[in-house]
Amino acid sequence: MSAIEVRGLVKSYGDLLAVDGIDLTIEAGEVFALLGPNGAGKTTTVEILEGHRERDAGEVRVLGFDPASESRDFRERIGIVLQSTSVIPELTVTELIDLFGAMYPRPRKTGEVIEIVGLTDKAHARVKTLSGGQVRRVDLALGIVGDPDLIFLDEPTTGFDPSARRNSWSLIQNLRSLGKTILLTTHYMDEAQNLADRVAVIAGGTIIAEGSPDTLGGRAGAGAKISFVRPEGAADMPGMFRVEPGHDGLISVNVDDTTAALHALTEWAVRRGIKLERLSVTRPSLEDVYLSITGDAGNG
Amino acid sequence: MADRPGIAGLAFRQLRYENKVFWRTPIAAFFTVFFPLMFLVLFSALFGNEVIEIPGRGSFSVAQFYAPALAAFAAGSATYTNIGVGIAFARDQGILKRFRGAPLPAPAFMIGKIGSGIWIAFLASSLMLAVGVVAYDVSIDLERMPAALITFLLGAGSFAGLGLALGSLAPTGEGSPAIANATYLPLAFASDVFIAVGDPPAVLDFIGKVFPLKHFVNAFQDAFNPLTTDLAFRPGSWAVMAAWGVFGALIAWRFFRWQPRHRTRKSRRERRAEAG
Repeated sequence: MSAIEVRGLVKSYGDLLAVDGIDLTIEAGEVFALLGPNGAGKTTTVEILEGHRERDAGEVRVLGFDPASESRDFRERIGIVLQSTSVIPELTVTELIDLFGAMYPRPRKTGEVIEIVGLTDKAHARVKTLSGGQVRRVDLALGIVGDPDLIFLDEPTTGFDPSARRNSWSLIQNLRSLGKTILLTTHYMDEAQNLADRVAVIAGGTIIAEGSPDTLGGRAGAGAKISFVRPEGAADMPGMFRVEPGHDGLISVNVDDTTAALHALTEWAVRRGIKLERLSVTRPSLEDVYLSITGDAGNG
Repeated sequence: MADRPGIAGLAFRQLRYENKVFWRTPIAAFFTVFFPLMFLVLFSALFGNEVIEIPGRGSFSVAQFYAPALAAFAAGSATYTNIGVGIAFARDQGILKRFRGAPLPAPAFMIGKIGSGIWIAFLASSLMLAVGVVAYDVSIDLERMPAALITFLLGAGSFAGLGLALGSLAPTGEGSPAIANATYLPLAFASDVFIAVGDPPAVLDFIGKVFPLKHFVNAFQDAFNPLTTDLAFRPGSWAVMAAWGVFGALIAWRFFRWQPRHRTRKSRRERRAEAG
């Protein structure tokens, strides 16, 4: 059974169509990232899957449950890390995690959860004395204290410094290795690239691209970019490289057959005894692909 | 599921959590517990704590009337204002939403809220009476304490129900204290809390009879009243209080929301702005 199955999901607010017919299947044990610009329908979709919002139309099954049924069995098996930090400021970290842990049939130990999110030295500090990043980690702790099968992470590392982000990534990878299913929304393409088995891009309430981070938007088949400093005596370079350098002083060419193009270029250079300064071959990043997809969607 | 936590245990945990938050919010603790106590001190200082001789029953101080009235007033504000304002703020902060996303049964949440309100009301009322006894010669008639306890539980329960209604209907957390005070304080003036009007105008008399506070105050005072000798059972007043409590709970049943309202509005506005 798939962890999440969505068919023809529709949700509107008044006359504004926020989600316009989304289909989505997420397998158990998968880390799935939902990408998309603000207002694309990411959070609405996730909140419907969490049971926080009701849908207007469509079929939704999460761990075999209809999230709109508000069933306790369902909520015992999911963990939610909300986008807005909404933890009780008057309680200490330990008190808060105790309070929520007690609601689940088989909670993780409070001390263990605090250690996992790296707040051991703040265990007895009141939440209101913590920094923004520390409060996000409390959020994360509340999402995993019930040892759920499925975890929703809505922009889990927004506002983190790079080292806190790396720690959260290793926590998420750790959860994946325990067989948890994770649905993550994020603005950071490196996050999706590092964590996700599959990604989907939402824009205008529909999914416009779906695949693994390496194949999204035809990324696997796409060629590479070869760039280097324009050398002296470039007049008889192989034809495809005879272009004007960009503002960075580099000749940059997108090629389909990387091997052949690189061979032609280097064979010419070696024969002429020329060193190609700053020669590099790069493939389009997930961010490049994302920007071109969402840019197209915005224009179309 | 065999190892699933029971509702009673969860409700008790919620109650303890609500209490902790209450005592760690000094402004709430001040207005609920010490503010009514200030009235007792002020009234006694302003009007003097005269001693009244009642033939055959002994001598009684004026505080014998103030203290129970203010104890009932404190109990009403410990439930109505605290529960109503607490719910409205917790909703705005997304705390209710977080509870909703966890396997906390709604009854456990509600029982914790009501139970904590009644417990704090009990402490505030007891403190009022204790200060009355120690500092202002208030005397307590043990025979009438069962009636006092029933009146207290029904009165506090009634305002707990109305607090749930207030929390459900208040549009924002920030606006909720104003709504609570604008409803509760005028009612207190019409309900013999600060001044007992012997022959009230028809409107005040009507308000006093319809709403539960005057019933609460008078029935509670009766359990301490040296001028009467009965056991102070007041089924008529108890019925009015119970009815208001149930009415408040029904309003909450219908209108209670876990989701913050402003966020939806904001995101709609944002989306409109982006769409446009």
